[in-house]
Amino acid sequence: MYDGGKIVVGLVVFIGVVTFPLWYRQASGEALRAPEPKIVTDAKECVAPTDYMRASHQAMLNEWRDLVVRDGMRVYVAFNGQEHEMSLSNTCMKCHPNKVEFCDQCHNYIGVVPYCWDCHIEPKESN
Amino acid sequence: MERSRRNFLKISGICLLGLGVKPVVHALAKNEQPQILPGPDAMTAKRWAMVVDTKKCVDDCRDCIDACHQTHNVPDFGNPKDEIKWIWHEYYGHAFPGQEHEYEAEEIERKPFMVLCNHCDNPPCVRVCPVQATWKRSDGIVMMDYHRCIGCRCCMAACPYGSRSFNWRDPRPYIKETNPEYPTRTKGVAEKCTFCVERLAVGLMPACVEACKHGALVFGALDEPDSPIREILRSNFTLRRKPELGTRPQVYYIV
Repeated sequence: MYDGGKIVVGLVVFIGVVTFPLWYRQASGEALRAPEPKIVTDAKECVAPTDYMRASHQAMLNEWRDLVVRDGMRVYVAFNGQEHEMSLSNTCMKCHPNKVEFCDQCHNYIGVVPYCWDCHIEPKESN
Repeated sequence: MERSRRNFLKISGICLLGLGVKPVVHALAKNEQPQILPGPDAMTAKRWAMVVDTKKCVDDCRDCIDACHQTHNVPDFGNPKDEIKWIWHEYYGHAFPGQEHEYEAEEIERKPFMVLCNHCDNPPCVRVCPVQATWKRSDGIVMMDYHRCIGCRCCMAACPYGSRSFNWRDPRPYIKETNPEYPTRTKGVAEKCTFCVERLAVGLMPACVEACKHGALVFGALDEPDSPIREILRSNFTLRRKPELGTRPQVYYIV
């Protein structure tokens, strides 16, 4: 191989640069930090058990949206018998008014940008 | 087992019985699924409609427009090209083209007529929408789903009343006072009056009807023979906008 040394060095540098974002995040420990959404409400229970909400809140919001807009159904009787208005701004965000500390924690971490807030109005946050 | 007619009939009978098991199992296995309800105070009708009594309308009054546009976060871009309107003033000749003549009473000529989405019985906007973002509900309201709108503007071309507006720009900076309980729209969707479905769902009259101090706007159920709106239609001569187009508009005008 002509100029083998240069090629090998070049390859190592190239791979190093290309994978920089991956190992840099690992090395800095930022990727290891799990997001910690902060819950500020006094309410004991959400509209569904925590495990379900954590995994499937997006599916539930889609379902609520279709039920409210298309079927005119507005009240959701939760697993514990509590009745809730199916509304992102008027129900979810009343208990979770801290969008930055709650929603954005995980959404930013995994790079998900939901377009809810293009139209729905996020609560004014005190900080 | 012996292959006989008797045995065949026995097995057939047992199989038939098995079919009956399914509903029983279903009934017993009914798990506690969350329920969905329409809301305790919701107002319902088979056909909502509105009467605009232009005799009671006061010339420079904008109460209904302001109430509607504030409730629904309707932006004011300040230029007619981008204008978004749910309910607005129109002059007689524009509201009822073909009806006007050159010897019109001055009062009629000058008077602003309140126009809004007619919630047609045969809505052309619904027929042309390629994604069913707009549709006619069972109570007659022509509803709009902004989540589904792709901004093709076919509905705007189809509507003969100009009741639909398009968001050419992000409306947020142009909303004077934002109502946090109601969403805004985003750039690239069409919007219009929805007869305040969100208010009817909690037992409230449409915002424009509630805001009108002069009682010029009457909203009600056409399917109830004793409703106030039916009484008004019975005892007054009323017009509809462009009825010749066959859209069967459901906003009636007393002129």
